[in-house]
Amino acid sequence: MSHTAHHRPSAWYALPAFGFFGLFAVLPMILVVYLSFTEWRGLELPALTGTDNWSRLFGDPEAHASLWRTLLFTVLAWAAQTPIALLIGVWAAGRQRNRAVLSSLFFLPLLLSTAAIALLWQALLDPNFGVTQAAGGPLADLLFLGDPAIALYTVVFVLTWQYVPFHTLLYQAAARTIPASLYDAATIDGAGRFKQFWHITLPQLRYTVVTSSVLILVGTMTMFETVLILTGGGPGTATRILPLYMYETGFAGFEMGYASTMAVLLVLFGTALSLAVIRVTRFRKMSSQQEGL
Amino acid sequence: MLRRSFKRRQRPQRALIATGLVVATSLLAACGTSGPSDAGDGGITVWALQDDVLNEIEKQSIESFNTEEGGNATLQTFGNDPYKEKLRVALGSPNAPDVFFNWGGGNLAEYVQADRVADLTPMLEENPDLKQSFLPSVLDAAKIDGKYYGLPMRGMQPVALFYNKAVFEKAGAEPPETWADLMSLVDTFKGEGIQPIALAGSQAWTELMWAEYLLDRIGGPEVFQDIRDGKPGAWQHPAVVESMSKITELVEAGAFGKNYASVGYDVGGASTILAQGKAAMHLMGSWEYVNQLGQSPEFVERGDLGWVPFPSIAGGKGDPANVVGNPTNFYSVSAQSQNQDSAKKFISTQLNDPEYVQALIDAGDVPAVSGVEDKLANAENSEYTTWIYELVKEAPNFQLSWDQDLPADEATFMLTQLQKLFLGELTAQQFADSMAQH
Repeated sequence: MSHTAHHRPSAWYALPAFGFFGLFAVLPMILVVYLSFTEWRGLELPALTGTDNWSRLFGDPEAHASLWRTLLFTVLAWAAQTPIALLIGVWAAGRQRNRAVLSSLFFLPLLLSTAAIALLWQALLDPNFGVTQAAGGPLADLLFLGDPAIALYTVVFVLTWQYVPFHTLLYQAAARTIPASLYDAATIDGAGRFKQFWHITLPQLRYTVVTSSVLILVGTMTMFETVLILTGGGPGTATRILPLYMYETGFAGFEMGYASTMAVLLVLFGTALSLAVIRVTRFRKMSSQQEGL
Repeated sequence: MLRRSFKRRQRPQRALIATGLVVATSLLAACGTSGPSDAGDGGITVWALQDDVLNEIEKQSIESFNTEEGGNATLQTFGNDPYKEKLRVALGSPNAPDVFFNWGGGNLAEYVQADRVADLTPMLEENPDLKQSFLPSVLDAAKIDGKYYGLPMRGMQPVALFYNKAVFEKAGAEPPETWADLMSLVDTFKGEGIQPIALAGSQAWTELMWAEYLLDRIGGPEVFQDIRDGKPGAWQHPAVVESMSKITELVEAGAFGKNYASVGYDVGGASTILAQGKAAMHLMGSWEYVNQLGQSPEFVERGDLGWVPFPSIAGGKGDPANVVGNPTNFYSVSAQSQNQDSAKKFISTQLNDPEYVQALIDAGDVPAVSGVEDKLANAENSEYTTWIYELVKEAPNFQLSWDQDLPADEATFMLTQLQKLFLGELTAQQFADSMAQH
């Protein structure tokens, strides 16, 4: 096995990657941690204020509310996207022609930018001129973006519409790598479609579920452009998630120090969440599911 | 196009997305070489907002300064929201522009307190003709602690109550003169199955206009001036609570219909229902006229778009002739400028120049310059522009929009609290208390 080390490319090949990562990820993160201990309004130099921002964060009811909203939002987005993406992905993995045609239509949202999707749904759900108004009936009375009790779910729906195709693609690719012999054996043993899905497909897709879940959880936790465009955090503060609150504090209120504190909190939560998922699912101990094949 | 140019400062939504991207770049750029003048060569850099119509006019004024006054000025323009970030960073650095566009009020005050802005008072005192060539209530919007820090460089944007004449005629109603009129009109139009007042409530600054006028009418301008000056307990003045409860009253009476919380101004929601006769009134900045002209030209050309001042309130302390809104935009001179004399010469010779004023009028602006009645009367849409001009000229006080007059962090918080008030999540008293605690 010693020849593998010999054939590895030189460590210098990693330099550009490390350079970029250091310059655009590590360095800003260090700066943000520094700024979280300062007061900086953009005009003067940052002034160290000790842990003022942190105690403010712990005592700020708006921050608590938006953190709670972020967590709820993340969990809802995960719970909505995972089953849909999984089912469609497995379905789309079939080689039938109609499935290929329908899936390619279904992947269309992947081609649209986040801003375009948010504007599209904003127009469709407009309380005066939207499609829901044209449709009439009970749908027209629901204020999808204007009712504080509904708005958060509307955003989750739009995110689901936008991101399910991407995760479907992951599942489709993974489902296609499951050896057909497994299904053949199951068929001989008399297992029906449902049993085959439950006992073969699902276990074989375990690692894809983990990958897709981490992407959804961390992605949703730090996502804010859809909310910014679709609801602007409103009505009131009904959809003001932590990243949006951070953005407003930093770039509308010009309290860069306090905004940095929220940014650090988000980094911590995001890292903790992905570590937790990996630990719970024992991703590290993963080995091939296809041993012997 | 004009609609965009008239519009806002704190405009949220779409432009902000771009900001996110641009900010990073501009922060970096501002550290480096954003090119203002070298020491003492007399060259000055003028920063302004990107605007298809206004930029042409600004360029002409710079050319005439360069040729007629022997100046050496260059214009640099930026998008609305990125501009705020860029200006903030630049004014904090040695690379500040010599002359910069701004909104007056609290925003400018912050720069003044950080000693970034040149005092123009001596220049105005030496040159009384210059001072008198601008409308006093507008000039005052750039007056901080008794000193002047900016000269008006474009049109005035007071807030007025627009209404649909056809809808009023059909209901046999007259536009409101008093608050009582307005409240009874709410019932009239509800009876007709028409939304009494259009409101683009997904953008808090449209709701802010109601708060600004109510407080001015009820308590007079001094109440807000105390708030802006940060006097303790100013937010808890009884007039604040009374004004905000009037908002709650309006909302509960159904004046804004049910769906206002997700109606947007940028997407034309509120303006369109007014033009279509689905709503009877709309409180909006003076840019609404140009906006309607662009989006629903038949509505304006039929003569169905009407406008009146905000109603008076019985027993209120404020003069019913007062207005609120955006007095205008200003050019200010940077205190770090190496060529302050040239910069001051630019703003003192070009902004009241007849050609510049005429160009603004031709573009549909109503300049804050004295004695332009005849010019307005000879230009297009003279009925409307003359009315706006007289409204501001006769106003004893022109209150700048609160979100511009307050420090940025307080303004951001206030806008959120105001949306909660309109949603019924906060009472008037809770609004005042939360603002006082912030």
